Amino acid sequence: MLNKAVLTAFVLCAGFSTLALEAPEQVHLLIPGGAGGGWDRTARGVGTALGRAGLIEQVRYENMSGGGGARGIAHLLERKSPHMLMVNSSPIVIRSLQKAFPHSFRDLTPVASVIGDYSVIAVRKASPIQDIRDLAAAQKQNPSHIAIAGGSIAGSTDHIVAALVFAGFAAEPKSVKYIPYDAGGKAMAGLLSGEVQALSSGLGEVIDMALQGWVNILCVTSAERISLLPDTPTCQESGAEGAVFANWRGFFASPAMPAAQVKAYADVLAQMYATRAWREIADNYGWVDLFYAQEDFARMLIQQESDIRRLMLELGLL
Amino acid sequence: MLDGILLGLDTAFSAQAIVFLVGGCLAGTLIGMLPGLGPMTAIALMIPIASTLEPATGIIMMAAVYYGAIFGGSTSSILINAPGVASTVASSFDGYPLSQQGHAGKALAIAAGASFCGGIIGAILLMLGAPVLAQASLLFQSSDYFALMVLGLVSVAAFAGNGGLIKALLMTTIGLMLSTVGTSQAQGVERFTLGSIDLIDGISFLLLVMATFALAEALLAVLRTPASGLQIVEQSKRKSLGSMRITKQEVRDISPTVARSSVLGFIIGLLPGAGATVASFLAYASEQRMAPRKQSPAFGEGAPRGLAAPEAANNAAATGSFVPLLTLGIPGSGTTAILLGALIAYGIQPGPMLFINEPAVFWAVIVSMWLGNVVLLVLNLPLIPYIARILMVPGRLLLPLIMFFSIIGVYLVSFNTFDIQLMVLFAVAAVGLRLLNFPMAPMILGFILGGLMEENLGRALLIYDNNWSFLWTRPLTFGILLLAAVALFVPLLRTLVNRKKGSDQ
Repeated sequence: MLNKAVLTAFVLCAGFSTLALEAPEQVHLLIPGGAGGGWDRTARGVGTALGRAGLIEQVRYENMSGGGGARGIAHLLERKSPHMLMVNSSPIVIRSLQKAFPHSFRDLTPVASVIGDYSVIAVRKASPIQDIRDLAAAQKQNPSHIAIAGGSIAGSTDHIVAALVFAGFAAEPKSVKYIPYDAGGKAMAGLLSGEVQALSSGLGEVIDMALQGWVNILCVTSAERISLLPDTPTCQESGAEGAVFANWRGFFASPAMPAAQVKAYADVLAQMYATRAWREIADNYGWVDLFYAQEDFARMLIQQESDIRRLMLELGLL
Repeated sequence: MLDGILLGLDTAFSAQAIVFLVGGCLAGTLIGMLPGLGPMTAIALMIPIASTLEPATGIIMMAAVYYGAIFGGSTSSILINAPGVASTVASSFDGYPLSQQGHAGKALAIAAGASFCGGIIGAILLMLGAPVLAQASLLFQSSDYFALMVLGLVSVAAFAGNGGLIKALLMTTIGLMLSTVGTSQAQGVERFTLGSIDLIDGISFLLLVMATFALAEALLAVLRTPASGLQIVEQSKRKSLGSMRITKQEVRDISPTVARSSVLGFIIGLLPGAGATVASFLAYASEQRMAPRKQSPAFGEGAPRGLAAPEAANNAAATGSFVPLLTLGIPGSGTTAILLGALIAYGIQPGPMLFINEPAVFWAVIVSMWLGNVVLLVLNLPLIPYIARILMVPGRLLLPLIMFFSIIGVYLVSFNTFDIQLMVLFAVAAVGLRLLNFPMAPMILGFILGGLMEENLGRALLIYDNNWSFLWTRPLTFGILLLAAVALFVPLLRTLVNRKKGSDQ
């Protein structure tokens, strides 16, 4: 379970100081995946906003894919550059737990999380089940009748979120029948084709289909209802005890980066939120601000890790 | 609908839009022609320019780059056997032999014509029924996709080349095996990664195809010719290179092929889980089956129909893939995923309401498809004689360039030097296999379809609790599998019948 302190931190996007001591002039953004993916978009979106708003003069990008991000981590640690920030997201916690990497997020210096995406459980408009409690009840009665689609492999974020929600209704996490697809869009197509009963996915990937009336979102994994969907309950208020999860995207630095420099970058990212350039980019992509800097970010990571470890143990994935 | 077309024409016919349409077609064709660089790289390169434009103009330009790159991609397939995209692999089966025989100009003209028809037929079908078609494409479930991939794999005999069926089957198996490297989707476990972090994500298709086609081809050219006369095409066959002459008989032969392949390609393109590559392979295989036995040249040896079928199908499928993209916001391929990202960056959310909320964008895209295809044809036909003469560049200049661009093309997608090492390894292995007459196409087919087949079968089995009954209880799955059985056994029966006839005489 997420403890209360972190819960509140999720809600009250941490306050931050706008006092920058010495603004860095350049940044080198390392993207541990190929062109066009989520990491790539985040890094380039943030970089563009920083450049346009004049917060940083020179922004450079470097794509380095391989090993689901492991190569990028190794590169960051090797280079020890005082200007290099690496973009990453929740899966780094999962993959560190799976020991998929030789390194873990603990080997890196957390700078700040920047954006977040809550997860949702959704069903087709025509589905006979339109309430998360009914879905959980049906799942408990016959787990093999409720297949839940997700856009990533077994044991990754969408699977863990589905397990988290059903475990909140006291179901056996292992009984959750998770069906992996190779992308969120394909999982959506699977839901619409009727071969699965529900979908576990990021809010950003489902919201438009929901607003256009193709699917219904049964619950959101935020701590409080979100303004975009005032009528949609959170999973927790529907009775899924502890089903709170935010998929963050943020930046890490090499441990060799001086503390003052880390703080300077965190401050620049904090200032970015107030700029018009950022608002435009974030709105276009439907990104939600989720800012935790340095120690707050590290605390959030450790909390997320302990939640996920417990679930993965129950799922038999560790 | 007429209002919509007029609105689209109005947007697409502004001076600015036309400039970017032509510019996009040109840029796309040029990038696509370079071996190893396909639509994905072309669109990614254009996004910074497009983001400074108005949405409708920007989308017209990016769509133009997309069609242009597919169009240009067949050029490198045909001339130097270096397909830059999965969907033009099948174009090399007959296109490359044609240009080796000194008919490069003709091959390019056939490809241009077939692509044009595929694109136009696709655009008409798209305009007539996008929303309904989108609904229909959602009928396909994992088990149906599995059956579709089986149908595709059954066609492997069509790609046997001159090495015989046994060798083709062996190569298919190698392709199937290579497709299992990486993290399995259903269980999330690593398979055959040899503990290397570079193999966790599996082997990329582009890498495999560039290594076994482009790189291996260049190495073979060096091995085969004495150093003094390093040539891609023999001197004696060079005279007719630039000629685009197609006989009336050939046009008559090709036309039904183009029509059938366009419709087939469009339908396959509609399915978010299939796409242009599967479409081009299926079209090639079904045309090969329909071809008269004694036709000369045979499929695989430079048959015009063997080139026209995949070309028409992949362009129609690229158009078809816009249906799930625009009406559902579901991208069927990596390239359409980048397009989707670009649309979202403009603040345009594709989906069932796009047609109503953003009619200018929707119709501008459709009108740009027509204009784009016309512009491509007009731009490219006069250039063909000159492009074909690329083959007259001395091998000592051309071969290093081919190697350079194939390696750069792979590197630009992953930015991982391990990929280059792996590529060289595959290329050397491919040279050895090709010298022993093992065909490469069945391996590619096994790799592409095998991955998709396993993924969909695994998913169907999960959904049906490891019960195989869906194979016969789901009508669509059963129907497609039945078709696959027919495709497998009819040629066998025909051979038997022919043999009997032969012995009767």
